[in-house]
Amino acid sequence: MKTIFKFLGMLIAAAILFGAGYLVSKKQKSNVPPPPTVNYFSGAGTKNASGLQQTEERNVVEVKQGQSIQEAVNNAKSGDLIRVYPGTYKETIYIDKDNIYLQGVVLEGEWPILEGEKKRNDAILYSGNNMVIENFKIMNYKGNGIMGQAGNNFIIRNNYIIDTGVYGIFPEFGTNGLISHNILSGIEDAAIYVGMCDNIDVLYNEVFKSVAGIEIENSRHALVEGNYVHDNTGGILAFITPGLPIKTCFDVIIRNNFIINNNLENFGEPGSIVASLPRGTGIIIMAADEVTIENNIITGNENAGIVMTDLNFIAHITKDPESEPNPDRIVILDNIMSNNGSNPIDELKAARIAYMVTAKGIDIVAVGGGTGSCIRDKSKYVTIGLDNYSQCQSPGTANVLSYMLEKPAPPRDTKTEDRGRLIYYGICSGCHSYNLRMIGPPTMTIQALYKDNPQGIADYIAKPVHKRTDFPEMPPQDYLSEEKRLEVAKYMLSIDK
Amino acid sequence: MKNYSSLIFFLAIVFLTACKKENTGTIKLAQHCPPGFELTADNKCLCRSLYHQYNSLNNAGVGGLQTGLPPMRDGFSPQQIDLGRYLFFDPVLSGNQKLSCASCHNPALGFSDGQARSTGFNGQLLNRAAPTLWNVAFLKSFFWDARASTLEEQMQGPLYAENEMNNTQEKLLSSLNAILGYRELFSQAFPKKNNNQIQINEVYTALAAFESSLISLNSRYDLYAHGYHEALKKNEIEGMNVFRSFVARCAECHTPPLFTNQQIAVLGTPEQEDLPFDAGAEKTFNDPSMRGGFKVPTLRNIAQTAPYMHSGKFASLQDVVTFYNSGRGHAVPENEKLSLHWHIWEPNLTQYEIERVVDFLNTLTDESFKPAAPQELPSGLQPVHLKKIIS
Repeated sequence: MKTIFKFLGMLIAAAILFGAGYLVSKKQKSNVPPPPTVNYFSGAGTKNASGLQQTEERNVVEVKQGQSIQEAVNNAKSGDLIRVYPGTYKETIYIDKDNIYLQGVVLEGEWPILEGEKKRNDAILYSGNNMVIENFKIMNYKGNGIMGQAGNNFIIRNNYIIDTGVYGIFPEFGTNGLISHNILSGIEDAAIYVGMCDNIDVLYNEVFKSVAGIEIENSRHALVEGNYVHDNTGGILAFITPGLPIKTCFDVIIRNNFIINNNLENFGEPGSIVASLPRGTGIIIMAADEVTIENNIITGNENAGIVMTDLNFIAHITKDPESEPNPDRIVILDNIMSNNGSNPIDELKAARIAYMVTAKGIDIVAVGGGTGSCIRDKSKYVTIGLDNYSQCQSPGTANVLSYMLEKPAPPRDTKTEDRGRLIYYGICSGCHSYNLRMIGPPTMTIQALYKDNPQGIADYIAKPVHKRTDFPEMPPQDYLSEEKRLEVAKYMLSIDK
Repeated sequence: MKNYSSLIFFLAIVFLTACKKENTGTIKLAQHCPPGFELTADNKCLCRSLYHQYNSLNNAGVGGLQTGLPPMRDGFSPQQIDLGRYLFFDPVLSGNQKLSCASCHNPALGFSDGQARSTGFNGQLLNRAAPTLWNVAFLKSFFWDARASTLEEQMQGPLYAENEMNNTQEKLLSSLNAILGYRELFSQAFPKKNNNQIQINEVYTALAAFESSLISLNSRYDLYAHGYHEALKKNEIEGMNVFRSFVARCAECHTPPLFTNQQIAVLGTPEQEDLPFDAGAEKTFNDPSMRGGFKVPTLRNIAQTAPYMHSGKFASLQDVVTFYNSGRGHAVPENEKLSLHWHIWEPNLTQYEIERVVDFLNTLTDESFKPAAPQELPSGLQPVHLKKIIS
């Protein structure tokens, strides 16, 4: 029976990821119009329509103006859909459980608004896997709009995030995620910041009036496509930042984006890394490897269209011997570039003179080291420092439809039968040894008492009664679920050393 | 009453120290692993934790609540771990036989020593605070300035430093080899050795084995992380949310599950008044951008290890959190130009939030696997780490 529940849970998880839009619309009971049923996975060039599947009915929880979203989250079970109706919600929402679908309901142009009043920290913090967050207007938080800490398999879409502190959308340590159709502005660091993640698609967002538009940092397998990135200080960044625990950034595709007029005065927090971004750069590749830049429209960026640089780009940062500092194997394919570099920073002005550039503007600049990079039709552009770039032989990235995984990333990777072992040695062994008297009686003694009766142990440890005066009373282990208690009981009865 | 018994205890120690009597080979090393470890068929202890259910991105062991641990040192035998325990508490390791590892890494004080700066060979104050040893098995660099990359390398620092244990390799080996009890224990722990002389690498291995067995992963926070949300009270959850928020940003460097990302960070914390500015990792890496940089310490059992920071400058966790809230570089000397970490900023936390963060830090305490100090040492010396607590 338990196995069936687990299986259902996995189905739900899969469905969240691949069929999120469908299932809500199908089972709608209230009069409220359903959320958009756009299928972000089979249209628009992303792969894997085969991953779509229907699932059983989702339990719907409704939250209306005056109620607490957090309370709904606290009461929610894995798989629940929490629908938040228009109104203003002044709270920080944290989600430390799996499979939660948090959905705003937009009615006649009225949104559910998360309001930080410039005093709350983050709007939404999640650590669970298989999360969907959509249709919220998020304003005036001090920290981030939506922040993920190690949740795998997430969808963050259709949100409108305005004047909200440091990062607008920031998944960290996550694998397999989609960030699409969000509108973000007024963010004092990166509006969309993919930090230390793998397999992320950032698609069709509008990002403007922020210090950095979209930043892919110390991440691998990221697709940044179809975004409208305008009027930021810097447009799209692929960075290795030194001093982080995950050191690499490679396999990034930046294609089909509109990267326009990113000339905003830098208003980054003093000391932050982006505070040293020069205004007016469309794309910046710092130390990242295997970045492909293809079919973007890059215009009106006053410093330069594309800059490749090593880690010396950022001054006043602690170096990291484990961070490889050079951008290697960069691939620049066809891009529409015009009117870039009309007012470059002094260093680039000097470089123009040094390289004896007579043409107007600067499209592409490479500074510092790096090997194995290439550019297609270099003569189309005004370039500086691309002497080592060869003519690209790459056929392009058309074969990559998405960098999301075909199946959801596993939230855990240990089989249930191993969990009893982990609990026994990880917790019980603090008081019980196989044949030695420790704080509690030896496991051998317990085995003799509960032979063929694991349920007896599982029940006892939830609510121990003091039986043996020669031992201290056992503290209750009811923090372990019934399932886990039975697993450890079975394991305890199975060992012989 | 308490004082009275302490006095008796103290006198007993003085008495026993006075009539030092070598213990001759009656000790049998443990054949079972310490708590938290499973014994394998080939007599190795492997660490087991509920965190082994989870994976982590790039196997880096950093992330959120349900994230796997980084790679660790385990696989020592029960006998090596137990031998390491005797050595760890034995002042015979020091030049004057008055200091043991436990003098500065006292299990009763969170495997630190409760001092701002540790006490050296002649009772002099050393320059930095003693870091905890809880969960060192997971670390990839050691010392505040990250100048050692293995436990074996690390321990040679204090063992042979003139102002610390002030021993020499030759003297250490000759003292140990002169003790029949230790020769016997080393042959139990290293059964394949082909002579009965203790080798220096065996000493290092045994100490590393014991230190690697100090696991603390069962705090109330951990119960919450594994899914039992009732384990934390409302104020503690509030604190956790401030801790991991992008305003306080504590979790960006003190990243779960170990509450360290093991990187070097330049914070600009103040020094003790009588000491010059501590260059920290600048010296290790010969890199001026690391001036004043120190390794991010774990926060597990942090409530047990005041005072805080490399200088021991902050007496309480409240003081530490207040430091982070007081503005970027506010304590940096005027003549120092440091590459302060980008997460050092002005979060403008309220007093209420500061107190909640401290509440949360107190939930990271778990000493359920704390090992017992040996009742008797093979050297016949008395454990010295107790004196400090008694006085």
